Amino acid sequence: MDDFLQATNIVHRFKKMPGGLLECLHAIQDFYGYVPKETINIMANGFNISRAEVHGVISYYHDFKTLPLGRNVVRVCQAEACQSMGSRELTSRIVDLLELDLGETNEEYTLDAAYCFGNCALSPNVEINGKLHPRVSPDKFEKLIKAGAL
Amino acid sequence: MINVYVPRDTASISMGADDVAACISALSTEINVIRNGTWGMTYLEPLVEVETNNGRVAYGPVSVADVSSLYAAGFLNGGDHLLFQGLTSEIDYLKKQERLTFARCGLIDPLSINDYKENDGFKGLEKALKLSSKEIVDEIITSGLRGRGGAAFPTGIKWNTVMEAEAEQKYICCNADEGDSGTFSDRILMESDPFCLIEGMTIAGLAVGATMGYIYLRSEYPLCKSILKKAIAIANINNYLGKNICGSGKYFDIEVRLGAGSYVCGEETAMLESLEGKRGMVRAKPPLPAHIGLFGKPTVINNVLSLASVPIILDKGGDHYANYGIGRSRGTIAFQITGNIKRGGLVEKAFGVNLGTLVNDFGGGTWSGKELKAIQVGGPLGAYLSRDDLELLLDYEAFSEVGAVLGHGGIVIFDETANMKDQAKFAFDFCAIESCGKCTPCRIGSTRGTELIENQDYELLEELCDLMDTSSLCAMGGMTPIPVKSALNKWPDDFKD
Ligand SMILES: Cc1cc2nc3c(=O)[nH]c(=O)nc-3n(C[C@H](O)[C@H](O)[C@H](O)COP(=O)(O)O)c2cc1C
Ligand code: SF4
Ligand code: FES
Repeated sequence: MDDFLQATNIVHRFKKMPGGLLECLHAIQDFYGYVPKETINIMANGFNISRAEVHGVISYYHDFKTLPLGRNVVRVCQAEACQSMGSRELTSRIVDLLELDLGETNEEYTLDAAYCFGNCALSPNVEINGKLHPRVSPDKFEKLIKAGAL
Repeated sequence: MINVYVPRDTASISMGADDVAACISALSTEINVIRNGTWGMTYLEPLVEVETNNGRVAYGPVSVADVSSLYAAGFLNGGDHLLFQGLTSEIDYLKKQERLTFARCGLIDPLSINDYKENDGFKGLEKALKLSSKEIVDEIITSGLRGRGGAAFPTGIKWNTVMEAEAEQKYICCNADEGDSGTFSDRILMESDPFCLIEGMTIAGLAVGATMGYIYLRSEYPLCKSILKKAIAIANINNYLGKNICGSGKYFDIEVRLGAGSYVCGEETAMLESLEGKRGMVRAKPPLPAHIGLFGKPTVINNVLSLASVPIILDKGGDHYANYGIGRSRGTIAFQITGNIKRGGLVEKAFGVNLGTLVNDFGGGTWSGKELKAIQVGGPLGAYLSRDDLELLLDYEAFSEVGAVLGHGGIVIFDETANMKDQAKFAFDFCAIESCGKCTPCRIGSTRGTELIENQDYELLEELCDLMDTSSLCAMGGMTPIPVKSALNKWPDDFKD
């Protein structure tokens, strides 16, 4: 471990930026994969706000995670355009296949809901490890897993 | 060299455009692959174009597996093929549009400032630099432009308020949160013509006396982020941003800031909180952001497309823009045809077409081929319309008369398999997930709403809807009843079990 030296460097980069806490949190999460609780103190000090305030910001936003994610991150769009193309059935198949509910994580996978990827003319959409897959039928998803696309 | 265009927007990339581009590039050293933006004909993506003596001809949707047969068919000379679409400019879907704001999208390489300039880029800015603040604002007022983010507030009036406010620092905030399901027009503009947004923001800065602009971009749009950042850097190097814009001595800077997956942060005051690095809690109004906005300073908040419409308004004149449209809805609006639809994509039209034209003529009916059931217009807070509403004119006032909204122009199509009770329930669920929690009708009411639907207590549901409508602080709680009530009123049978 680097004793969160990197976190200190990241905070240093953003603390002068007006309203920079969100950008800082993104950078922390990009680096560690989540926002480790040890970094909260560093941010509180750097931005000169209370730990509670930092925590309040982290907990407000869906993007910020306080625990490590699975090796693969699957995000399934739950919004209306994808619903109209069968995202509900798709989601229940994915839940069965991965044996996880939306919002849950195990070592192998993190399964999460998303609300629109802006690809609604090619619904339903699933994002796997940052890559967007359009027009995903339940069978296509199963193939993606079996082909080791995850 | 033969110029071949392969789009590079999120939709075409999701359909394999990067691989197609690589594959075409490998065919011959005579080929120059240009990654353009997208024309917005999403149903044809990846739409590959070849420059011929007669103009650009199109093939689509092209997959890697098609490349060899395209080559054999002589696509480099515009040869015929199953995927042949003819001249791009003659494709009905595109030809029947009125492209003002999106005139360059698809046409150019988004990061080529020369392409941009050769296609009327920065003409609006050059004009604005010769005008006074007041004259710029007046041009926008003349155009009749109303905010494309949803609330349709007159942009010129908003600018005027900020212009008149006295402060040593003012801001331009571009709302690029685009959270509505069924919308991607902001994304397409930013990915396909980023300089247009930069130019629009700079003109806004000149008009109101702001020197700093922020683009609040949703985190779900990583490609937008990288394209915008590159475009901002290029504009800076070329003196279209920075300390001495076009040698005028005026300055303006733009920074991109990322959201973090909160729908309500698209609400303008929640967005300001978020830009300040805080929880995205909605602020009470007044004070208006035009008086006390970002970091307490007078702030213009506009949607991407409101700002991206500014350059052409300045270039061609407010009157020219106002010539399009009907009634109090002037100019054009970008519709996005999505969901269960054959030909999904972006359609920029003057206000005043009817809904059926978009769903049937452009969209080609449902993807599944099953009966059309419901159409949600204007995002998750918009009404569900039915087949009986296809004659409805797409115009702010015509929509509000029937209790619907145009919002950001998203149109989501559902076929007969949709269950409207599920859709109504989802409206409450979404509100519960995304509520900022500041006021009770929204925070608690949304959860109660889900329960009432489950328990089929529709009398109490009506009461709850009225309460949320009248006593929520912002439109999140205030408009959630719209999709709920429209579903309940139009499809009562769906609610019986
Ligand atoms: C819950 C909620 C979400 C919103 N989301 C967006 C959005 O994603 N993009 C946007 O431009 N406006 C959004 N708005 C509207 C903004 O509050 C604001 O009216 C708009 O950004 C002003 O810009 P305009 O006048 O150019 O439309 C939202 C409003 C509400 C209540
Ligand atoms: S209506 Fe909902 S989202 Fe809007 S201020 Fe109230 S609690 Fe927040
Ligand atoms: S609703 Fe799923 S991508 Fe937009």
